Amino acid sequence: MRVLVGIALAHLLNRKRQSAVSVGGVALGVGFFIGMAAMMSGFQSYFIAKVIDVSPHITMKDEYRSAPLQPAALVYRGGAVSLQGQRPLDELRGIREARATMAEIERVGGVAVAPTLRGPIILRYGSKDVSGTIVGIEPERERRVTNLERDLEAGRLEGLYATANGVILGAGMAEKLGIGMGDTVSAISPAGVVMSMKVTGIVRTGITTIDNFEGYALLKKVQILQNRANIVNQIRMRLTDVTLAGETARRLEERYGYRTESWEEANKNVLGIFVIQNAIMYTSVGAILVVAGFGIFNILSTVIFEKTRDIAILRSLGFTEGDIRTIFVLEGLAVGLGGTLLGWALGFGITEFLGSLKFSVEGFVKTEGFVLDRSFRHYWMVALFALAVSVFAAFLPARRAARVRPVDIIRSAA
Amino acid sequence: MGLIRAEGVTKVLNEGANEVTLVRDIDLDIDKGEFVAITGPSGSGKSSLLYLLGLLDLPTAGRILLDGQDTSPLDSAELAALRLAKLGFVFQFHFLLPEFTTFENVMLPMRRLGALDEPSMEARTRELLERLDLSKEGAKRPGQLSGGQRQRVAIARALANEPLVILADEPTGNLDTRNAQNVFAIFRRMVEEGGRTVIAVTHDTDLAALARRRVHIVDGRIARP
Repeated sequence: MRVLVGIALAHLLNRKRQSAVSVGGVALGVGFFIGMAAMMSGFQSYFIAKVIDVSPHITMKDEYRSAPLQPAALVYRGGAVSLQGQRPLDELRGIREARATMAEIERVGGVAVAPTLRGPIILRYGSKDVSGTIVGIEPERERRVTNLERDLEAGRLEGLYATANGVILGAGMAEKLGIGMGDTVSAISPAGVVMSMKVTGIVRTGITTIDNFEGYALLKKVQILQNRANIVNQIRMRLTDVTLAGETARRLEERYGYRTESWEEANKNVLGIFVIQNAIMYTSVGAILVVAGFGIFNILSTVIFEKTRDIAILRSLGFTEGDIRTIFVLEGLAVGLGGTLLGWALGFGITEFLGSLKFSVEGFVKTEGFVLDRSFRHYWMVALFALAVSVFAAFLPARRAARVRPVDIIRSAA
Repeated sequence: MGLIRAEGVTKVLNEGANEVTLVRDIDLDIDKGEFVAITGPSGSGKSSLLYLLGLLDLPTAGRILLDGQDTSPLDSAELAALRLAKLGFVFQFHFLLPEFTTFENVMLPMRRLGALDEPSMEARTRELLERLDLSKEGAKRPGQLSGGQRQRVAIARALANEPLVILADEPTGNLDTRNAQNVFAIFRRMVEEGGRTVIAVTHDTDLAALARRRVHIVDGRIARP
């Protein structure tokens, strides 16, 4: 085996420039993969961690997944008469018997529950109108379900009790309005109720949809503001084991009929983008490596073309077809291995460079610079892929080399 | 029973429409310690016969026995193993590996066989180079050697695994008279002093005269010289 390695290395070292280009191709693919994977996977896990940390794990809403059937349709199922323009039954919106439901869910254990009333609102400050969502909460329950309290930049959750009409605003929303702690703002609901509210807290979670569009007030106040006394339209839950969210949400929906979303479903759009993002990354970086594979294929085809005489002589000396194949596969492997090692260094460099950049990003979440995932898993994953591509690219020319019939070459040389 | 025995060996190329018969029904018995020259006009099939005897090519019909062993049922890897251990080739062109030094080229078959440890292989290589008057050229690459030197390196390499038979295909075809005579002198010495068997293809009758036995091939058949 050492003989074969020696011959393989001699071939590569004898054409240093071409080998270097091939190694460089693999290194680029490997390096960029590591850099991009660190960036994307870092951002994605950061987002997921943030969402799990900040938002409720499960939200039960006062909606149904599909509109209930009309009484006429229920009675005359498959009837010949069709009724058009029917309105849904005039139902008071909100979760019925929310308190009882909550108590029942809580009895199961491993879950904290908080009632909320969410509704649209316009905040008016001077000449500025900003529309957003007001969330009515019960602070002592809320703090067990979301990390709102921890993310408060100013003020305290209890501040809502201490002030007559207190409101905690998302940091982005407060900036848009140009108001700060202690300022008073008019809140106008679709029900036509106007309420003067005093800012008793600013919250900054890092999740853009919360920080820029949400405000929090006591549940009672929001019920008055929205003119929906005693109504709760969302029950929010936090689980001790977040991995059970999907399963639990499905069970609750089955039991109560209300649309119940796990955090995964609630963030389906973003998670869907991640899937596409990953697919794009893997294909484009994969393409670099495949191109690098063509480089290896190319260099080996050239070497083999030039070395047919050497192959013939090795065969006549008693090297087997397998030996010849091994020599050239080893050459591919050597290029792959060299490229991988160099690529690791390059990838490490790219990651460190990206990590050193400081700038403000505001996408789904707000961060300073790139959030990087410096995982060894990426290094191994890309190494495996690069080596597989190298060996595969080498295998085809190597097989052709093994098929060289020594007599043909020797006869034509003589 | 000879060391190499050909029984009814025939080699046909492109079987079918425009087939060419290179070697036709040859019976040949070569004993240990013989120095055989295969002669004949160009295109007579003498080289083809050598490749068949050297297990480089497979006969279309007939069989080759090496050291009493029938080689016809062996597969490509088994034939390669036989070549490695029992046969040594020298061709018209030196066919040395250009990336390796003289020393490494001679080491190559021994390394592949792996029968000796590293110091013994090196010792044997030094001894071979010395015997072929190449002691000073060990560190040079083939490109830095003269034609005669290269051919001697090729002979040293062919001898590396102490083969039963040396097969030479026009070993002097590319050399001047002095070097050609030198190569044949080496072969003779190997036979007379080392008890080795040498089969050499040549079209040079003067050189062939140096061999003990001549096998003359015309149109793929053994003919009277």
